[in-house]
Amino acid sequence: MTPIGMTLVRGEEFEPPGPSDFNLPGIGNDDTFTFLGQTMYSGITKPMLQLVLAALLVFLFFRMASGKRSMVPGRLQFVGEGMYGFVRNTLGRDVIGSQDFLRFVPLLFSLFFFILFNNIFATIPFIQFPTFSRIGYVVALALVAWLVYNGAGIQRHGFGGYLKLQTVPAGVPGYMLPLLIPLEFFSNIVVRPFTLALRLFANMFAGHLLLILFALGGEFLVLHGAALVKPVGVLTWVLFLAIAGLELLVQFLQAFIFTILTSLYISSAIAEEH
Amino acid sequence: MEGNLNMIGYGLAAIGPGVGIGLIFAAYIQGVARQPEAQGRLQTIAFIGFALAEALAIIGIALAFAL
Repeated sequence: MTPIGMTLVRGEEFEPPGPSDFNLPGIGNDDTFTFLGQTMYSGITKPMLQLVLAALLVFLFFRMASGKRSMVPGRLQFVGEGMYGFVRNTLGRDVIGSQDFLRFVPLLFSLFFFILFNNIFATIPFIQFPTFSRIGYVVALALVAWLVYNGAGIQRHGFGGYLKLQTVPAGVPGYMLPLLIPLEFFSNIVVRPFTLALRLFANMFAGHLLLILFALGGEFLVLHGAALVKPVGVLTWVLFLAIAGLELLVQFLQAFIFTILTSLYISSAIAEEH
Repeated sequence: MEGNLNMIGYGLAAIGPGVGIGLIFAAYIQGVARQPEAQGRLQTIAFIGFALAEALAIIGIALAFAL
């Protein structure tokens, strides 16, 4: 990707950031291995540690918030109860229905707060890397969500009944069925995990790439720009702060969307036939 | 003039989600204008629709850099 217009400044060329900036080496070593033609870093990398740290933080926070269980809650317990109530009511009961939503609340709760904490790592100083900007981590979550909603549907309706529910919409004339059934199967069972994964991954990747671009671009303009161009570099850094704020909103929104879509898929899988 | 075809592709691909998000929030604003009590429930649905429409634009910009 060649920069357009960056040759207005003297000094060397600007090197735009790219996907290779997301390839973090192992801690303490630079060993690589080749897998399917790609060079991968081996060893324990920073996103791996972040994943474990996020799980630990979620567990610790809610353990401490639910420790005392007093009738009149203190501040930590109040916050913990509010967050749990949000997931249980808005993401669970209002979407899946009050009959059988309780079974799925642990999964939705874990998904939401795990994704949220991992996303927020992109804003915390010294960490500053969204774990889900590496697609491998997202694929695992999308796989879990896929298995759960298909499994719940098969458990409720049986294998054939579940397929019929997902692929044959109600009130469709018979001649449309050969066209509609493969389309519905593809859309409901094949495409959904892909869009779930790609939505979260692409949002985190694009957001982090934007931030890197603004930071590096500002540094380039300030250091190598002509005298009149240097304030533009400082303005770039101010915009970096604004976009970091926007990214905070996007991080919360993406965690919310992943979880509410999972619960929507579960709800449509266990819904009663018309 | 140098450049990258990827970025032209992304620019064209962003038209659809832009129109879609505008439609979604236009419907949300109209719904709240007709019935202000429904703001809470409509807000959840509006944000779900926003994220679904935005997903295509985000896939566009991510693949424009990656491919």
